[in-house]
Amino acid sequence: MAEAHRFGNVIAPITCHAWNKEKTQIAISPNNHEVHVYQQNGTDWKMIDNLNQHDLRVMGIDWAPNTNRIVTCAVDRNAYVWTQGDDGKWKPTLVLLRINRAATCVKWSPDENKFAVGSGARLISVCYFESENDWWVSKHIKKPIRSTITSIDWHPNNVLLVAGSTDYKVRVFSAYIRDIEKTPEATPWGTKMPLGQLMAEFPNSPSGGGWVHSVSFSPDGNKICWVAHDSTINVADATRGNVMFKLKTEFLPFLSCTWVNNRTVITAGHNCMPLLYSLDASGQLAFAAKLDTSQKKEASGLSAMRKFQSLDKQARVEVSDTSLDSIHQNAITCLCLYGGTKVGGTKFSTSGLDGQLVIWNLVSLEKEIQGLKI
Amino acid sequence: MSATLRPYLTAVRHTLTAAMCLDNFSSQVVERHNKPEVEVRSSKELLLTPVVISRNEKEKVFIEASINSVRISIAVKQADEIEKILCKKFMRFMMMRAENFIVLRRKPIDGYDISFLITNFHTEQMYKHKLVDFVIHFMEEIDKEISEMKLAVNARARIVSEEFLKRF
Repeated sequence: MAEAHRFGNVIAPITCHAWNKEKTQIAISPNNHEVHVYQQNGTDWKMIDNLNQHDLRVMGIDWAPNTNRIVTCAVDRNAYVWTQGDDGKWKPTLVLLRINRAATCVKWSPDENKFAVGSGARLISVCYFESENDWWVSKHIKKPIRSTITSIDWHPNNVLLVAGSTDYKVRVFSAYIRDIEKTPEATPWGTKMPLGQLMAEFPNSPSGGGWVHSVSFSPDGNKICWVAHDSTINVADATRGNVMFKLKTEFLPFLSCTWVNNRTVITAGHNCMPLLYSLDASGQLAFAAKLDTSQKKEASGLSAMRKFQSLDKQARVEVSDTSLDSIHQNAITCLCLYGGTKVGGTKFSTSGLDGQLVIWNLVSLEKEIQGLKI
Repeated sequence: MSATLRPYLTAVRHTLTAAMCLDNFSSQVVERHNKPEVEVRSSKELLLTPVVISRNEKEKVFIEASINSVRISIAVKQADEIEKILCKKFMRFMMMRAENFIVLRRKPIDGYDISFLITNFHTEQMYKHKLVDFVIHFMEEIDKEISEMKLAVNARARIVSEEFLKRF
């Protein structure tokens, strides 16, 4: 089951979205410098606040569920932490990122005491609140990043960070801040974790190539999954000596991926449909199901002659079909969990360039699609 | 429609569909810039391997893709002098009005007659499959248009010379 939503008369692409803890409110960016906070009101959405502080396009939004803070980052090289005042309005606090190129992605750590910002300046800023100065400061992870960071994700232990970048590599870093945290315990990724330590590095393909579009830590933190522009889905497992499993798919490249439990990954991207992949016992990925069950529309009054004519002229069955056979009509850029956590996700939401937000229910989809076991 | 046109257009369609997977990408070289990487060519890791699809030595398509833009250059069939002139004038006419065509580039790439530049902003505003359709449709129509113009020019020339020679 999937339900599609639109926000007022926004037809612009939704760059990214984030939910609050109760999933009653959503923060979206309509592909410009604003962030809109909407509240669900029955079937329609009411805009309750407009976070208007950035002056260029917003690239990343993340909503910390427990501390109820929103962090946004944008192409104007700034990030803001928004806290809700007593009147329900959001107040910004500037974060000193110390970067000189666009910020591209932002993620709160699981404990919500720090967050990481990826940027086009070939570095990751790990930001935390310094109470004696009463501001957010950042520490940089620079080496050996060679290109723009496209996506980041936190390990559940609040220390490790995985980053994908356009230099075709996925790297696991330590983002340990000594001032605010106690020494972390050893993980399969390594034992010594000073800030900026490179714990592991995975090339997307042996011959090079394929910008990494999205990365995700598995719920137990021992595996990472990433999707790249060569239409592959990859999983690396630290408990098996950083072995990589690669699955080449026949679809257009994916832009987003997340785990819904320890052996299932959802991906979505340029083919406009979310897909489900599962891991078998040996760790190899396999295609499980297409989650968009919308049927191919029967063309009405299409004669055989017209069909062959258009096949001959345009190399396509039909030329008059403006809409695609999927719910999303353009690339899906953002995928968030809506029900449950990475340990056992039950619902997720996707948004894309067509300005739609779609909420997918995995529990009812599992019943609907034959032979699907999530 | 001749037998080689269909596989040619199919190849172009599939290549364009794959090449048009574009992202919004801010420059990592110049602060606060967002330029088509296929034009500025500032970082080589952001460019994909260019592809040439050719039907014969005269007719070919050159597709260069990058992370946020794709450039498509088309060489149109020109069998004789008159087709060459017609093609040149016609392309010039369109490229002078490039802003009305949105995806048209003001100058073609060397060795090609016309170039299109499609960026992520175009794929955000327009349906991607319709953009692909547009390029394919353009490639088909341009041949037809030029042969029609050639016929018209020849017919007119015949009438003019007939009228002229009547006097003698």
